[in-house]
Amino acid sequence: MSDPTAIVSLKDVHKSFGPLKVLDGVSFSVARGEVMAIIGRSGSGKSTALRCIDRFERIDSGTIEVCGHRVDDPQVDLKALRQDIGIVFQSYNLFPHLTVEENITLAPCSVKRVAKAEAKSLARQVLAQVGLEDKLNSYPEQLSGGQQQRAAIARSLAMQPKVMLFDEVTSALDPELTGEVLKVIEALAADGMTMVMVTHEMGFAKGIADRIVFMHRGKVHEAGTAGILSAPATPELAQFVGTGF
Amino acid sequence: MGGDLNINHLEFLGHGALWTLGLSAMALIGGGLFGFVLALARIAPARALRWASGGYIQLIQGTPLLVILFLGYFGLAAIGFDLSPLVAAGASLTIYNAAYFGEIWRGCIQSVPKPQWEAAEGLGLSRTQRMFKVILPQAIRIATPPTVGFTVQIIKNTSLASVIGFVELARAGQIINNSLFKPFLIYAIIALIYFAMCYPISRLSRRLERRMALGRAQPIPA
Amino acid sequence: MAINLDFPTVWARWPSFLDGATLTLELALMATVFGGTLGTLCAVGRRSRNSTIASLSGAYVEAIRNTPFLVQIFLVYFGLASLGLKLSAFTVAAMALTINVGAYTTEIMRAGFDAIPRGQIEAAEGLALSRFQVYWHIVLLPAMEKVYPSLTSQFVLMMLASSVCSQISAEELTAVANFIQSDTYRAFETYITIAVIYVVLSLVLRAGFWGLGLVLFPRLRRLGTPL
Repeated sequence: MSDPTAIVSLKDVHKSFGPLKVLDGVSFSVARGEVMAIIGRSGSGKSTALRCIDRFERIDSGTIEVCGHRVDDPQVDLKALRQDIGIVFQSYNLFPHLTVEENITLAPCSVKRVAKAEAKSLARQVLAQVGLEDKLNSYPEQLSGGQQQRAAIARSLAMQPKVMLFDEVTSALDPELTGEVLKVIEALAADGMTMVMVTHEMGFAKGIADRIVFMHRGKVHEAGTAGILSAPATPELAQFVGTGF
Repeated sequence: MGGDLNINHLEFLGHGALWTLGLSAMALIGGGLFGFVLALARIAPARALRWASGGYIQLIQGTPLLVILFLGYFGLAAIGFDLSPLVAAGASLTIYNAAYFGEIWRGCIQSVPKPQWEAAEGLGLSRTQRMFKVILPQAIRIATPPTVGFTVQIIKNTSLASVIGFVELARAGQIINNSLFKPFLIYAIIALIYFAMCYPISRLSRRLERRMALGRAQPIPA
Repeated sequence: MAINLDFPTVWARWPSFLDGATLTLELALMATVFGGTLGTLCAVGRRSRNSTIASLSGAYVEAIRNTPFLVQIFLVYFGLASLGLKLSAFTVAAMALTINVGAYTTEIMRAGFDAIPRGQIEAAEGLALSRFQVYWHIVLLPAMEKVYPSLTSQFVLMMLASSVCSQISAEELTAVANFIQSDTYRAFETYITIAVIYVVLSLVLRAGFWGLGLVLFPRLRRLGTPL
């Protein structure tokens, strides 16, 4: 039914919260190794689209397929789906009562039944990837916002997902801390990780994304390579690029 | 022994229920007045007052009501102070509930926002004026839901007066049971009567609490 | 008028007081473990999407919170007897206390569960944890930590309420005192003595819960946030 190279594909997805139409026929697909940035003003439906991919929201109609899982199917195996997807949130959501190491080893040990020792070495490995090897035994509240977000990325990586979703991961950070998080994401992109990110960082999106989707009023208003940011085809995108909203 | 529950028994239970309400009212008023004094003493400028009231509260909150009732009735009688069950129960409940009211209300008074205290001081009001004209009227609003909630505890606690022979609802039930010997039925009826008295008050307290929470809610920044 | 007090006569019975205090603590510990578990399960039940389970848990909480413990213990005592179950007074007392404190624990733990941010649960779900695993690893301890002072107070209150178990002649501290005062005619001294013992027991219990908190919440131990 779909593009065989696509890891994530949405087709004609509709979603309403009560009378409010949030997604109004959204379609796009992401190929293996591709980095896609979803931009748009707040309320355009971009975060909802991302949350639907991980089945945090159920859709009203349309199809979503991720790594061979039919997400719109009520019988979808959520456990298998979510092992293939890593998601990072705006508010980090590290578990405050667990150390960084415990945050990372929890899911591999309890979901994948990885042995404790193996999980610990995995934790060291993913922490090295985000540059936090020395924070293994810290609690989240002892870390800066940027460090917490990097630890949250490491936690997702430890599950060895096939695709990573980033939901405005730098929006809660002070400007001087966004750089360290963006650098980690860049490194992941360079490693060939498939990624879908909702972001406000226009410059970053331009630099890293293979493709950009501009959402407006629940629809994909404009999509293409990063080039569309320099030469918008629609007045809405032109205004968004110019003013940020 | 034996026989069936009849209208006389129900009337007797009704009297007992009235005494439960009467005793609750005594405990509420007595405990409330004394508790109010304790609450003020807990935040008084004089350290001796704070310590004495704090010590009292710690002591009473560490002692079962049943033991206080035994002390007030059997204990005092043994050293020559014979109190009637009504007086012993009323006094014990007052002593006990005052400790809880004192602590609940201290919290309410202290949760009146700091700027209110400072503003009242800035107006040159005396400490008594500040307390009665500015702080307490606001504290009463905060104190209403937990006070109503604690009233349920007071009503339930009066059931312990039965052990010193005061004929309230629980004791009335025991007396009837002594002649009928249908304990499960009789205690189930008693439980229902208590429930009928307490549940509406529980509901009210929860509604007040919710309204309070709504009043406090701040708009969440988007 | 001279008051004649004789504490030594009463204190000579210290082994009985000790036995009674031990039994009171045992009752309190059993009700803490079983009532705590029951209450936590019912709190999960009250938040359940299954409306039958949710309203059953709700009815249990309301029934217990709006009736006196004295009546509850008689109902359990005579209810079990009418079912033909012959249990010791201690067992009945432990069961009644469990049922009672379980209802209060339900309300407290529910407030704790409600205080866990939605994002915590989503993050755990995003890591493919099952519903049970989310509760077990992510929700339970932080929720308990948030309401730990209330839980402590509730369990201390329950220990004090266990004095009511004397009414079905469980041989705990108050029942022991009733016997000693009828034997020595020293009611005042006897009840003053157990009042002091109860105050000590409640301090012991508070200290115990504080220590348990250090074990349960290692983050607080390391970062020194007061419980």
